[in-house]
Amino acid sequence: MSYSKKVIDHYNNPRNMGSLDKADKEVGTGVVGAPECGDVMKLQLKISGGIIEDARFKTFGCGSAIASSSLATEWVKGKTLDEAFQIKNTEIVNELSLPPVKIHCSVLAEDAIKAAIADYKKKNDIA
Amino acid sequence: MLKLPIFMDYHSTTPVDPRVLEAMLPYFTQKFGNAASKNHSFGWEAEEAVNKAREQVAQLISCHPKEVVFTSGATESDNLALKGVASMYREKGNHIITAVTEHKAILDTAKRLEKEGFKVTYLPVKPDGLIDLELLKSSITDQTILISIMMANNEIGVIQPIAEIGQIAKERGILFHTDAAQAVGKIPVNVEAMGIDLMSFSGHKMYGPKGIGGLYVRRKNPRVRLLPMMDGGGHERGMRSGTLNVPMIVGLGEACEISGKEMIQEGLRLTQMRKKLQDHIMGELDEVYLNGHPENRLPQNLNMSFAYVEGESLLMGLKEIALSSGSACTTATLEPSYVLRALGVGSDLAHSSLRFGLGRFTTDEEIEYVGKKVVEAVNRLREMSPLYEMAKEGIDLKSVQWTEH
Repeated sequence: MSYSKKVIDHYNNPRNMGSLDKADKEVGTGVVGAPECGDVMKLQLKISGGIIEDARFKTFGCGSAIASSSLATEWVKGKTLDEAFQIKNTEIVNELSLPPVKIHCSVLAEDAIKAAIADYKKKNDIA
Repeated sequence: MLKLPIFMDYHSTTPVDPRVLEAMLPYFTQKFGNAASKNHSFGWEAEEAVNKAREQVAQLISCHPKEVVFTSGATESDNLALKGVASMYREKGNHIITAVTEHKAILDTAKRLEKEGFKVTYLPVKPDGLIDLELLKSSITDQTILISIMMANNEIGVIQPIAEIGQIAKERGILFHTDAAQAVGKIPVNVEAMGIDLMSFSGHKMYGPKGIGGLYVRRKNPRVRLLPMMDGGGHERGMRSGTLNVPMIVGLGEACEISGKEMIQEGLRLTQMRKKLQDHIMGELDEVYLNGHPENRLPQNLNMSFAYVEGESLLMGLKEIALSSGSACTTATLEPSYVLRALGVGSDLAHSSLRFGLGRFTTDEEIEYVGKKVVEAVNRLREMSPLYEMAKEGIDLKSVQWTEH
């Protein structure tokens, strides 16, 4: 698999890799994927006043999966929940020039953002 | 001095040994005759070269030179053996036995034969990758005409009990074929002692050129007959028509002779190197699993799974090292290695596997470098892995409700 420069850059220099305290009420955690399928993403958002202040990821998966989640953490920072919810996997595909067989990695990143937002809303009883 | 990139994928192919190339060169431009030309010196010269190569091959596998049929490689040999036997012995029976961990050249050929009305039993393998001989015996029916079990596996390097299988086949009067592409030139092979009736092998897996290989076809006790796939000039005892590829055949012969002379020493050297690599990696990382039988395997092969990291991203971190992975992401099908799955290795660990293929030109410096880089890359990716984090927190990953996709 020959990757785009951007994928390789995210792989070599992952942005916002790590974890936030999942018990924190201001932190929403999304874990998507399955080990059997070869990719699992954990995306965490720290939300304050409706704005995503910080984001972290950890990913088990191929280079595209790592790059997709790394990019997602960059994009969500500073956004409102609604804005972050609007991020589409196709934007990730375009930004990283992912080949067709790797589109599922971008889908997973989109799902991870949505799952993290849902977790935050559930924790804070926001409908 | 260490030179990058490092080639550690010798199961995929091998470089042509410079001695092999040297032997081949005159047969492209000066000694270019057609080995089937019986009326002039150009033809005689070519025929003589082919005869010598046939003897070199025969010497390596302990057969008669006339029992060697040159083909384009092991895939063609596998096709010729299975289809040729199936068509020729159809009246005798319609059942073939093989194993789930065979190369696709066997499995896909067997599937085609199934479409044509043959019945095929695919034997499972034990967790160490070896077949169960009792199960083989009980799978034989009065319709069984052929058993095809590979000698050494291309992914995990395990060596099947070929002599025992040969004996079982002989006792029941069934032909025995073995795909020995990974074994010939690497470990001692004796078709007589092992009771082999047909055997596929390939030039480029043993430092010969690509596009040449052979099929051993037994001439006596029993005399094996094959329906050819290629009709034409009746070359190779009528089993494989087509002008002989003289330079490649010369190369294959030379490769066989060199391998025969150096095999034992090379095997010992590579076994030591492999052990060093394995000890290095296992000494520094936890939750690393060896795939395949620990001893019954090619000296050249090391296959390991690294829990919590995915194989393709691991390869990305080892970009100066040529390796293979059982990860789905390295294949077009998005399925993890069927060989590892057949051993009962979970999909998660199959995704996390690396195959190290050592070879003639592997050096101690390379082994050291690769060991160091693998440890670094795995540690880095584990830092990045949510699974590793969960495991360290004491979460049983099997109990987690994952979202399959």
